[in-house]
Amino acid sequence: MAQSAVLTDSGPKAGRNFSRVQEIIKDYGATESALIPILQKVQDEYRYLPEEILTFVATALDIPPATVYGVATFYAQFSLEPKGKHIIKCCDGTACHVRKNQTIINAIEQRLNLSDGRQTTDDHRFTFEIVSCIGACALAPAVVIDGRVYGQTTPERIVAAIDEIEEADKAEAAQ
Amino acid sequence: MTPFAKLNSPSELDALKRKAISAISGCATRVLVCGGTGCMASGSPKVLEALQSALEKHSVPVRADIMNEEDEAAISIGYSGCPGYCQVGPIVRILPADYFYTHVKPEDAEEIVTQTVLGGQPVQRLLFNDGSESYATRDDLPFYKDQVNVVLADCGVVEPGDIRDYISRDGYRALAEALYGLTPEAVVAEVTESGLRGRGGAGFSTGRKWGFTQVVKSDKKYVVCNADEGDPGAFMDESIMEGNPHALLEGMAIAGYAIGADEGYIYVRAEYPLAIERLRTAISQAEQAGLLGDRILGGPFSFHIRIKEGAGAFVCGEETALISSIEGQRGMPRPKPPFPANSGLWGKPTVVNNVETFANVSKIILNGAEWFRSFGIESSPGTKVFALTGDVVNTGLIEVPMGTTVGDVVFKIGGGIRTGKAFKAVQIGGPSGACLTEEHLDLPLDYDSLRSVGAMVGSGGLVVMDESTCMVEIARFFMSFTQKESCGKCVLCREGTRRMLDILTRIVSGRGKVEDIDLLEELALTVRDGSLCGLGKSAPNPVISTLKHFRDEYLAHIVDGVCPAGECDAFKTYSIIEEKCRGCGLCAKKCPADAISGEIKKPYVINADLCIKCGACADACKFEAVTLG
Ligand SMILES: Cc1cc2nc3c(=O)[nH]c(=O)nc-3n(C[C@H](O)[C@H](O)[C@H](O)COP(=O)(O)O)c2cc1C
Ligand code: SF4
Ligand code: SF4
Ligand code: SF4
Ligand code: FES
Ligand code: FES
Repeated sequence: MAQSAVLTDSGPKAGRNFSRVQEIIKDYGATESALIPILQKVQDEYRYLPEEILTFVATALDIPPATVYGVATFYAQFSLEPKGKHIIKCCDGTACHVRKNQTIINAIEQRLNLSDGRQTTDDHRFTFEIVSCIGACALAPAVVIDGRVYGQTTPERIVAAIDEIEEADKAEAAQ
Repeated sequence: MTPFAKLNSPSELDALKRKAISAISGCATRVLVCGGTGCMASGSPKVLEALQSALEKHSVPVRADIMNEEDEAAISIGYSGCPGYCQVGPIVRILPADYFYTHVKPEDAEEIVTQTVLGGQPVQRLLFNDGSESYATRDDLPFYKDQVNVVLADCGVVEPGDIRDYISRDGYRALAEALYGLTPEAVVAEVTESGLRGRGGAGFSTGRKWGFTQVVKSDKKYVVCNADEGDPGAFMDESIMEGNPHALLEGMAIAGYAIGADEGYIYVRAEYPLAIERLRTAISQAEQAGLLGDRILGGPFSFHIRIKEGAGAFVCGEETALISSIEGQRGMPRPKPPFPANSGLWGKPTVVNNVETFANVSKIILNGAEWFRSFGIESSPGTKVFALTGDVVNTGLIEVPMGTTVGDVVFKIGGGIRTGKAFKAVQIGGPSGACLTEEHLDLPLDYDSLRSVGAMVGSGGLVVMDESTCMVEIARFFMSFTQKESCGKCVLCREGTRRMLDILTRIVSGRGKVEDIDLLEELALTVRDGSLCGLGKSAPNPVISTLKHFRDEYLAHIVDGVCPAGECDAFKTYSIIEEKCRGCGLCAKKCPADAISGEIKKPYVINADLCIKCGACADACKFEAVTLG
């Protein structure tokens, strides 16, 4: 299954096999202007940017590793740490903020046992990010879970959605 | 869908338009389900599915391809873009009667099919109802009554996934007219004459900007569309890209012709996956139809458009940073001059415009500068799309003539405050903007009037706040945004925003000092004057404007130790509601400060002087008897 291949790849030993990265670089072209799209694609595949891959990309594009690292750390979208299997994004744009989204943020952090700025749960199941506006402002407050947008939402509904995902994962694992 | 045949001349475009119109008019009923981000979130995909199965169940023949005239079926169904009123979504529109159904659920599909599609009658209970009456068609709705749609006119009625629908509404005719009837100079002159000003914030004359780029001699030039829409709380550019992507593509191609560029880039923020998908489809269809790509409409002009996805940095909305980002670098602003018009993408002359700016262009070419000037006011012609959000009854995208007053937007279109509380302020222009208050209700919304009171149109985010919003907290919120997004190049922006944030955080946490106000004002000026780009220059704006209009509120936090809006947690106290307390004593056991006392089976009380506000009592109580207020 494609999914599990990605999962094993994103483990601590990720990046040993560079063939997929090579393909991505070939698709976008080995030029500096393709660096950001290449990193985006790599992150899509691995859910983060493993360090060896950054070095590999630098060599392939013939630019200093420091430049690649500089770009990877500049943009909020890139993560140098492995992310969880499920990504929860809570919008903290103005429209959501004035509709008092703080209770939702608190509820998610509590539900996932995240504190002190930690974003990913210990079991690497969930990553929780606070983002600025996902373009559903008329339905504030908004949360995105694995690409699905929840508008005019409440702490209870989001916690229930997390429960459901956890149940589904358990059922899958049991099979 | 079969690939589109390449159009080789304006007359072939005309022929396709006539064919599309006739095909559409052969459809007795068109069902349009809103496919904007908002309605998709509210469940419109399930509504579309349910409608499709209901049609099948009743054996209603549906046209697989609306433009296939041969098809006997007279019903079509598909996704439209966002008509703006996302709050009452999912929205379903039935054309040509234009019944406007709100809050549609999959269970409603059966009735829509039997009553409206087959019976020709509206389903009363799905029409918008404001409590006293219901409104059958879109134009009747109070939300739309005072709007004037130029840019959004086709958004929500056209199917973004089918270029022929856009063509049936005069799509790409402006491009054809420009290529075959106007010199590049004449295009620039018309746009200049129209008075169109950039909708991305600064309000610079679009025609003049094009003119500067046109006169520069170069082997290569670029057109760049700024679709980074960084202002958190604004989504008009998103809606245009999702709902009517071809309007943007056509505007860019016309710009390319005007300045002599054969290549364009759209820089879209990554948080808009649906917009990116729709743009990709639109570009591919336009290329097949010969409306983009090599030798457009069989003539000598070629224009290619590529998409670049942003990677989550607000500063990349600044045009020079955006250009660096397209080049694959960190998105840091560069000093101007040189302006992009002379040295932009890869050092070549480049025009950078906002999505909404481009979306106005084809209308101007088709209808003329004079027509465009009939909207809005002399110094700011045309309309402006605003994202109206926050504590108003009606939230969504609205389009009004430039110069419409703040009060009309908030109270007529927005329907007033939804909470029943008093109106307090509107924040305009996002983190770079300012707040407008009661005293500004008669102020016209246009570039110059706003500037005269220290505010700006900005991107067009309008966030309405009621009296329960703390203005110091809002200033802190914006400062925390700009502080995080500062690229760090200028010391004063980087450190200054951090210091201002520290001070604001201190004030909302109840640790403010009287000197803090002077300090904030001093820092505001230093940061503004010592920053390279607009991010730093405008970062102090929310602080300056809240200090101007709500200084009392700052003082109340600092001197009186209260948050007048009742929002800041630090000023709240814990107490036990007598009627709810069962006297179990659990809270007293958990209290680390021994602040709770009482007798078993009788209401307990909290001694506010001892309480350290840890919240343990509220967590412990099983009867929700402990409140924070
Ligand atoms: C920090 C910062 C963020 C900006 N963000 C945007 C944006 O998201 N969208 C936009 O169109 N313009 C944005 N601008 C303005 C652009 O620099 C530029 O003026 C604009 O894209 C020009 O297009 P226009 O003339 O059509 O408005 C931003 C400017 C600054 C300083
Ligand atoms: S003002 Fe701020 S965001 Fe702009 S270049 Fe300077 S440090 Fe970067
Ligand atoms: S825990 Fe709740 S019910 Fe029990 S004494 Fe405290 S406030 Fe009263
Ligand atoms: S908030 Fe904490 S300190 Fe205050 S009364 Fe409750 S338990 Fe005691
Ligand atoms: S502010 Fe939250 S979706 Fe835009
Ligand atoms: S997304 Fe459907 S009305 Fe805006």
